Amino acid sequence: MADNTASKTKNSALTGNSAMALAMKQIDPDVCAVYPITPSTTVIEEFSSYVADGAVETEFVTVESEHSAMSACIGASAAGGRAMTATSSQGLALMWEMLYIASGMRLPIIMTTVNRALAAPINIHCDHSDSMGARDSGWIQLYSETVQEAYDNLFQAVKIAEDERVLLPVMVCLDGFITSHAIEVLSLITDDEAKDFVGDYTAKHPLLDTDNPASMGALALPDTYMDFKHVQSDAIAASKEVVIEVGKEFGKRFGREYGLIDTYQLEDADVAIVILNSAAGTTRVAIDELRAKGLKVGLLKPRLFRPFPHAEMVEALKGVKAVCVLDRADSFSGFGGPLFNEVRSALYDMEDRPKIMGRIYGLGGKDYTTENAVAIYEALFDVVKTGKIDTLNDYMGS
Amino acid sequence: MTKKSKAKDMPLGGVIPKGGNAHDYETGGWRKFQPVLDSDKCTSCLICWVMCPDSSIMVEDGKMVGFDMEHCKGCGICAVECPDKIKAITMIDQEESKEGGCE
Repeated sequence: MADNTASKTKNSALTGNSAMALAMKQIDPDVCAVYPITPSTTVIEEFSSYVADGAVETEFVTVESEHSAMSACIGASAAGGRAMTATSSQGLALMWEMLYIASGMRLPIIMTTVNRALAAPINIHCDHSDSMGARDSGWIQLYSETVQEAYDNLFQAVKIAEDERVLLPVMVCLDGFITSHAIEVLSLITDDEAKDFVGDYTAKHPLLDTDNPASMGALALPDTYMDFKHVQSDAIAASKEVVIEVGKEFGKRFGREYGLIDTYQLEDADVAIVILNSAAGTTRVAIDELRAKGLKVGLLKPRLFRPFPHAEMVEALKGVKAVCVLDRADSFSGFGGPLFNEVRSALYDMEDRPKIMGRIYGLGGKDYTTENAVAIYEALFDVVKTGKIDTLNDYMGS
Repeated sequence: MTKKSKAKDMPLGGVIPKGGNAHDYETGGWRKFQPVLDSDKCTSCLICWVMCPDSSIMVEDGKMVGFDMEHCKGCGICAVECPDKIKAITMIDQEESKEGGCE
């Protein structure tokens, strides 16, 4: 029996990048300023076809660098438009200066970040060094395990960013090549559903409103600068609630609900892996193998990394005896990766907190296999048995 | 969690939501050198008014009448641009010009 309230879904087989280009087409932003870089290039290549075919109204700006791409998005957003872009790796690194300006000016710009390693050595494959490098830039960061999640996240990103309680830029991260170039069957929403879900964007002080002139990007000296940052900090902390609301609304409309974290077999688990993006899928397969042997293993996958879902993490890991946090980026602090440090800090005030270790995996596209995940779970069971962690942090497979 | 900011009335993202308010912000305190007008030499050609990067040349009824010292930063462009045959504006060191010199 067909459910009339449900979305008229259509299944399609698309690469991650094609799905992101399609989502951008369905959102039909006012301005898209971009510079191509592997592995995000095909997002823009396909979106430019939609522009050339007249399928969107978007003003497509081809700029001379990613620094300019973000600058043009900032200008477009300040003018009152909905602005979007996409990048990877060195491109995101080149945007670095402007990322802070976008968030500090409270501009709801949307960016697809196709995760790729940073040079040197030069490498075009997946790791999270690029988006982790931007983790303190004031952007909300959503991570995506699958093509479906990446596609769904982009619509939600628009709604989160433009909510008047938030007004901050959002990046949607997906794994380079693994998710961006692999074809996956996903459920699409229609153009009308997409437009209805994201709605219209009305800026409060658009620069193009010449009857009400405003200045943006002004100087703030020691008497006021810190207040602006405090207000911005409150806004990103409060955005968690909006991420939850928008995830629920998306679920209500299209049948796929999203929260701040996702878990798999975690409820009764003795040991757990915490991991971002596509590697969570690999871990699920390892969990099925081990559960078949009666071993209580589980997964926690943060969907939201900025702001960090501390409280949800503590709640989800209650009763777990040992945790391994897997990072696809190093923070070069000599004390593990960024996700490890965040999770370990989040659990500090927990009574009977689990033992926690960190492993860095998959840098520069190095494979993460089910065997790797199984080995981690075995090591975690050793920690539970002995009550001791031999090596707190390590590089996996090198 | 940090305590929430009390600065709720701060304009979002540092936007200045109105135009024409640069006048409210006094920048004359940045000045080291100060322009001095010799009214006997001045022909009110108003080249200084055109060239001043701020709006610190005061004009009444088409005549140059002096400087807005709340905004003049003492850059000296007016003194340089005043025509060679006239040279009605000179720059003097503000501190030295004070009676008794620096305090």
